[in-house]
Amino acid sequence: MLDARTPPGHTRETVALPPPLLRADLAGFEGRPADLIPVLQRVQATCGYLPRDALRAVSRWLKISENEIFGVATFFAQFRFTPPGEHVFTVCCGTACHVKGGEQILDVLRRRLGIQPGETTADGKYQLERVACLGCCALAPVLVLDEKIHSQTSVLVIQELLGEREHREEP
Amino acid sequence: MKSLDAQRKSALKAWEALENSDRPVIYVGAASCGIAAGAAEVREAISSHLAAKRIRADVIQVGCIGPCYLEPLVDVQMPGKPRISYSNMSPDLVGRLLDSFLERNEIFKRHLVGHLGRNGFEGAPSFFDHPMLAHQVRIVLRNCGIIDPANSDHYLARDGYKGFERALSLGSEEVIEIVKNSGLRGRGGAGFPTWRKWRVCRETQSDRRFLICNADEGDPGAFMNRSLLEGDPHAVLEGMLIAAYAIGATEGFVYARAEYPLAIERLRTAIAQMREMGLLGNQILGSDLSFDIKVKEGAGAFVCGEETALIASIEGRRGMPRTRPPFPAVEGLWGKPTIINNVETLGTLPNILRNGAEWYSQYGTETSKGTKTFSLVGKLRRTGLIEVPLGTTLRTVIYDVGGGLVKGFKAVQTGGPSGGCLGEEFLDSPIDYEALAAAGSIMGSGGLIVLDSNTCIVDTAKYFLKFTQAESCGKCVPCRVGTRHLVDILERISQGKGEIADLDRLERLASTIRCGSLCGLGATAPNPVLTALKYFRAEFLAHIVERRCPAAVCRDLVVYRIRTEKCTGCQRCVQVCPSGAITGPRSEPHNLDMSKCIKCRSCYEICRFDAIAGDAIVIESGA
Repeated sequence: MLDARTPPGHTRETVALPPPLLRADLAGFEGRPADLIPVLQRVQATCGYLPRDALRAVSRWLKISENEIFGVATFFAQFRFTPPGEHVFTVCCGTACHVKGGEQILDVLRRRLGIQPGETTADGKYQLERVACLGCCALAPVLVLDEKIHSQTSVLVIQELLGEREHREEP
Repeated sequence: MKSLDAQRKSALKAWEALENSDRPVIYVGAASCGIAAGAAEVREAISSHLAAKRIRADVIQVGCIGPCYLEPLVDVQMPGKPRISYSNMSPDLVGRLLDSFLERNEIFKRHLVGHLGRNGFEGAPSFFDHPMLAHQVRIVLRNCGIIDPANSDHYLARDGYKGFERALSLGSEEVIEIVKNSGLRGRGGAGFPTWRKWRVCRETQSDRRFLICNADEGDPGAFMNRSLLEGDPHAVLEGMLIAAYAIGATEGFVYARAEYPLAIERLRTAIAQMREMGLLGNQILGSDLSFDIKVKEGAGAFVCGEETALIASIEGRRGMPRTRPPFPAVEGLWGKPTIINNVETLGTLPNILRNGAEWYSQYGTETSKGTKTFSLVGKLRRTGLIEVPLGTTLRTVIYDVGGGLVKGFKAVQTGGPSGGCLGEEFLDSPIDYEALAAAGSIMGSGGLIVLDSNTCIVDTAKYFLKFTQAESCGKCVPCRVGTRHLVDILERISQGKGEIADLDRLERLASTIRCGSLCGLGATAPNPVLTALKYFRAEFLAHIVERRCPAAVCRDLVVYRIRTEKCTGCQRCVQVCPSGAITGPRSEPHNLDMSKCIKCRSCYEICRFDAIAGDAIVIESGA
């Protein structure tokens, strides 16, 4: 059930964030409007995304309208509004990676996982992200899988990575 | 609290004890690039090898020394010998390396790069004579890869915070004067004289002033600031103290990219150490400077590299630029005078203060003084982080430092998405602010991306425009809508659906965007297209008139073909093809059905890396 203020891909029936977690989470902040971005970063670090309920709580606490918070949160690439996948593929799309075939790597993942960057597979297992640059340009093309950086990858390495995982997860 | 002198004395002792250690010391390059290449695994292998052989040795992590293509780098220092550096280590290799030194007391010959000793050493060349390092002048990067960035003793022992002490002894007016005489210009891209900004800020009446270190390194293909923050965070922080003293700031922020977690960790550690050393807080070292530093994590917006957008983001708002004047030096963060300096600018300051303006200005050209760090990447033999005097020619950097290309040289992209692609005719022009601007590009923050004959200029221009289009904040219509149209036109051309009139459209639109945008992002966004059109028009025409991509890159204009005379029928490509386009029995040349081919490149890669034939599959231009 969506209403006008609901961010895209985000229904109102999200898991309620237990208030104690939210409170503990925000220890160290003074509750000034300037804290908004660090607070959102903290919420995302805990929950993996920005749940609607948490945004509402932040809005009341910092005395900034939900609208405005949504405006700030959507402006920055870091914030997401849907739960993250179990495993995250982040493809670097920096210049050095691009000239060494980064686009093709993103393409293969897109096709193999059946999702676009920013999305999560239906079973919640894989999430695909692109990043402007990771700063490991000398080792291009670069891919991050669950915080492990794979340097000088190729279409084949990805196929192996995926194949290996699928294989390992079979009973 | 011990005085800084006393602390430096004990730090020096500790550093000398390490250099003359009576047990082996092993240094592992553990910056992000090293870790990406496998430094963490190598380090683990070293520790377990030492533990298994019951050898007492110190393992120390250092930053990135520059030649990233040699990562992971490991240095071994035996008692009474200098550090000897080894490249491309792997967990398997490192065991043999250690055995050679520790069991047989012999220098390991393979993968040897050079020694890092001050005097000559028999058995190994000097690391700094390596062709990638011989042309460099390391001022900002002097500690990177040498010291443990998490150990403040190492920084102190190497003249750390001496520049700041000198600044305090001179007084803030004199500091501005020295920086003026040194000729230092902002290293963030625009090249505005650092001292002039400072003077304006200092002369603006206010109860509070702020200093921001801009570590929002957003250019794709550039990583100079990351390396410096990861390898020598104290140098940047000392620079912040000097700048704060010069302008009279009370509070400082480091605005760092969230994509650089290790740099942020190193900064936080270093700031805590400064507090312990008495270098932050009230009346630092007995002077009238009271200053504190906080780290602010960016949330991923390229436009936040622009000063007013960065300020908006620190204030908790959408990172959108505003009109200037008033400039931030007059009215910045929370309406107070604010100076925003780049990481490299700040990292240079301690060196200028320690060694004097004259020493610094001996490097560089008439108008561009000193050295500049560049991330040298792309289709080169030697890639990595370098520091050369301004005025060095592109040819020296690409061929002498970078070792040249495997394939033919096509262009070099300077200044990231705000810069331009310069062709062969610019190889002998010097790298300085004026020369690059005259060519239609910019210095930028220091990305140098070398493109070879296998790179398509149309594709590259499209790539940069797609980036700026996605990162445009949307405030100015020419930038928001105009970049979108540029991308659309370039997309059309790369699909072979362009027309000659598109070239005029690109040029007209580009100049509108340039004139009609508020901030640097929009004003420079068309540079890649304009330079590409100016210097590589023929390649655009090939796409439009002949419907052909000469570099065989643009997907709609290439075909994959199996060279039957080369194909041995090993079936590796048949196995990886996701669309079933390749068929054929074992040991007979395979067949590729272009109607099923989705041009994913899998077969091309496997044929090069894994197949018996080696290069039986080719990508060719042609629809």
